[in-house]
Amino acid sequence: MIGLAPWLIGFPLIGAAILLLWPVVLGRRSIDRWGHWLGVAASAASGVVAFILMFRMIGTPAEGRSVDHHLWTWLSAGGLDVDLGLRLDPLSLTFVMLVTFVGTLIHVYSVAYMDHDPDRRRFFAYLNLFVAAMLTLVLADSYLLLFVGWEGVGLASYLLIGFWDTGRPSARENAVAAKKAFVMNRIGDMGLIAAMALLFAHAGALDFGTALSDDSVGSMSQATATAVGLCLLLAACGKSAQFPLQAWLGDAMAGPTPVSALIHAATMVTAGVYLMVRSGAILEAAPTAQLVVVLVGAVTLLFGAIVGCAKDDIKKALAASTMSQIGYMMLAAGLGPAGYAFAIFHLLTHGFFKAGLFLGAGSVMHAMGDQTDMRRFGGLSRFLPITWITMGLGWLAILGIPPFSGFWSKDGIIEAAFIPVEGQPWRAWVFGTVAVLGAAITAFYMTRLFFMTFGGRRPRWTEGQHPHEGSPLMWWPLVFLGVGSAALGLVLGIGGTFTTWLEPVVGHAEHHEPVLPVWLIITATLVVVVLGALLAFRMYAVQLVPEEAPRGSALTRAARKDLYQDAANETLVVRPAFGLARVVQVGDRDVVDRGWSVLPQAVSWFGGVFRKAQTGYVRSYAAGMAGGVLVIAVVAWLVVGLGGAQ
Amino acid sequence: MDITNYVVLAAVLFAVGATTVLLRRNAIVVFMGVELMLNATNLAFVTFARMHGDLTGQVLAFFVMVVAAAEVVVGLAIIVTIFRTRRSASVDDVNLLRG
Amino acid sequence: MTPAGLEITTGETVLFWVIAPLMVLAALGLLFVKRAVHAAMCLVFVMVSMAILYIAQEAPFLGVVQVVVYTGAVMMLFLFVLMLVGVDASDSLTETIRGQRWVGLLIGIGLAVILGGVVARAAFPPPAGLAGGDPGGVANPQALARVLFGDYVLAMEAVGVLLVTAAVGALVLTHRRRLTPKQDQRAVADARIRALPEGVVLTPLPSPGVYATSNAMDTPALGPDGEQVPQSVSRVLRIRGQEKAAPHAPGTELVDVRTRDAGTSEARTTEGEA
Repeated sequence: MIGLAPWLIGFPLIGAAILLLWPVVLGRRSIDRWGHWLGVAASAASGVVAFILMFRMIGTPAEGRSVDHHLWTWLSAGGLDVDLGLRLDPLSLTFVMLVTFVGTLIHVYSVAYMDHDPDRRRFFAYLNLFVAAMLTLVLADSYLLLFVGWEGVGLASYLLIGFWDTGRPSARENAVAAKKAFVMNRIGDMGLIAAMALLFAHAGALDFGTALSDDSVGSMSQATATAVGLCLLLAACGKSAQFPLQAWLGDAMAGPTPVSALIHAATMVTAGVYLMVRSGAILEAAPTAQLVVVLVGAVTLLFGAIVGCAKDDIKKALAASTMSQIGYMMLAAGLGPAGYAFAIFHLLTHGFFKAGLFLGAGSVMHAMGDQTDMRRFGGLSRFLPITWITMGLGWLAILGIPPFSGFWSKDGIIEAAFIPVEGQPWRAWVFGTVAVLGAAITAFYMTRLFFMTFGGRRPRWTEGQHPHEGSPLMWWPLVFLGVGSAALGLVLGIGGTFTTWLEPVVGHAEHHEPVLPVWLIITATLVVVVLGALLAFRMYAVQLVPEEAPRGSALTRAARKDLYQDAANETLVVRPAFGLARVVQVGDRDVVDRGWSVLPQAVSWFGGVFRKAQTGYVRSYAAGMAGGVLVIAVVAWLVVGLGGAQ
Repeated sequence: MDITNYVVLAAVLFAVGATTVLLRRNAIVVFMGVELMLNATNLAFVTFARMHGDLTGQVLAFFVMVVAAAEVVVGLAIIVTIFRTRRSASVDDVNLLRG
Repeated sequence: MTPAGLEITTGETVLFWVIAPLMVLAALGLLFVKRAVHAAMCLVFVMVSMAILYIAQEAPFLGVVQVVVYTGAVMMLFLFVLMLVGVDASDSLTETIRGQRWVGLLIGIGLAVILGGVVARAAFPPPAGLAGGDPGGVANPQALARVLFGDYVLAMEAVGVLLVTAAVGALVLTHRRRLTPKQDQRAVADARIRALPEGVVLTPLPSPGVYATSNAMDTPALGPDGEQVPQSVSRVLRIRGQEKAAPHAPGTELVDVRTRDAGTSEARTTEGEA
């Protein structure tokens, strides 16, 4: 069964290669006509393989579901032997299913969405490249191969954010956003490299089987485990836009909307959560690192939620929401085995409903002439019924209203947050409260988004808009994702099906009861969610929405500016770094260079002096020689001759 | 007469030869100075051979003559070559290697 | 070696005192004469004297070799090269390198003083002589040959190789590779025809004037206009300044053959003035 696994990566990789290289060799006219369908086919083929593998895995007993597939020896350098291999287990297969299924839907959607773009072929090449890289990331059986995928998705993300960078000044925003994402991701990559180095120094291997084994982790000192855990967290923060490396995600919305749906909502940004869950063994050995993970998750969760409330740009509001939802997942991933399953579960459901919401947003933008300002929407439910219904399903799912899928996963996380930790009773209360509070704010901003777009009787459109549904290629994926948003949680959540499915990987969670009764948590959460939603409904559906944003409170203004994240980065990192660079530059030039240039100058000066002796006249040289002989003779005479004369 | 007179004569001739090398500019005359120095040493060799009653000195003088002959052949060939290219036999004109 | 001791004869003493100052004088000539040829002659004198001193010092073989090799071969080589370079290639004795003259003199005098001083102060054994008292001893050149081909045979061979190498080296050094095609007679003729516009004369140069009163080779011919024709005298003579004026050149009176006796003396006077 496992023999098929390489094809998961192979199909999209070949697709990307053909799409990128064909025009170079054979010209682009022919492939521009059918290239996008090749991209869809490659992704779909990968999806079919994923389905086959999943059905076979379901038929396998639980203990046999984790399989390592060795392909070939990749590196053998000194003490480092890295075999190129794939690990197929319930965790990676979950990701594979998500990536290929949602990925294929988004491919199909993009065929229509990018219809008028002359570079559609290139877009699909990058999408395929992304799918291949993402599958490499999740299927890798070692940190090193994971890193390859990690960088691959980073590259694809960079290329796609900057997809519309045509070089014209008007497209500068795209280029800057792409660079911003790239650079901030590199900070995270540094963490991953450092973590790999530490792991190699400790265990002498980088494959999950050895590095994460009980022997390896058991013999790890507290300090090492904490260091590795924090380095991995840094990597996860970069990739998943978690505090303090969250600033790039909002700008990344400069890319085409399908990209935002696939990469910056459903799959790539969740790679950090995957890394945390995959490296769970190390985090469990380092309670401090675990606490930091939870803290980062909690901070980002509130951060994203607050920013989301103030954004008027529909994509940026969704991006903030993504950040916030991944904060939930990180929080869960930091809670230990009790949270892993729910982190991944939420990741899965979020992948569906957030992709649906983004594609819906894309559909709205498509209908409204690429307008993204929600204050210029309104009353669209009559004109875009399918988008309205599918986004509504996504809205209910993210709110966590039962029985929609968000309820099953998010509620699990909130419950897990309330589970007390021995010796630190404050944690359950603090993080539990934050999670509930986050749910309330989420309800507020998502309801705001939903009703600003679809609600209200009086449209606030710009002149000359005639909104209409796109082609079936656009709304069928929406339907699929809407159904997923609605039903996935119910299917997988009821009776703990998904938790059991992941058990071979994350282990069985023996945990205490939450500090509050479960029914109370669920009820309280629902109450605050409904309250938040009602508040937003009152403000944005009942009352009129002004077309120009009001000044707002200080908090609103701050949130509109992403809580000054860019200013903070600028002040705390960029300026000091520039200053340091300048000091180094000046020091290098004026101190080091000048200091060292004294030496050659001295040599040159002495050379100039001694050069005068080289007259080129052979008689001068002869005189020097004869004079030398004379001197030696005199000395010899004085020293030897006089003494030994008699 | 003391036999060392010969040696003193050799020393004087040697000094004159050396001075010739240092002061004359015509390459051929410079070369003659070298020959004079070689001859002076030969005289010393012969004198010492006689003084010590040992023929080795004469043998050495003989070798010096042969080597000097070889040296003259090569040296004069060089002078001729230089003269051909530079139209000058002055050692001061050959100063391309100055600093 | 038997300590027979060596008596230096009065004859040898006289010889030395006659020859040695002359040698030093000739050697100094190397320093002071202007023309390279004269320097070479001085050196020849020093070398021949040296040969005499060798013979006087019980080294007849070396004496002969000195004459044959040095005076005969080496100095002749020097003279040949002098001819090649130009006989009158004299160099001025003014010094061009600043301070070189004083440095050179200082070093020369210093060398003489040091060497002389060393010789004067060194304690030499009593002179032994080469043949004296050695009953079976054979003098030059047999004894020398025994040493040369006995103890020093290897050095002898090596020196032989050196000589051959030097000869080949000299050949290689003075060999000139032909860079242009060989100028045959036709090429030379063509070149002259081509150079016609530049004033080259195709016909043979005019021969020098033939006069009753002077050697024809050094006297230019007179053209039809009565002017002297300079090309008619050999270029070498012209450069050396050995050209004479034609007897009937403008400014000199024509001499009537019939008044030969008087004319001859007059012509001689003119010649002497020129």
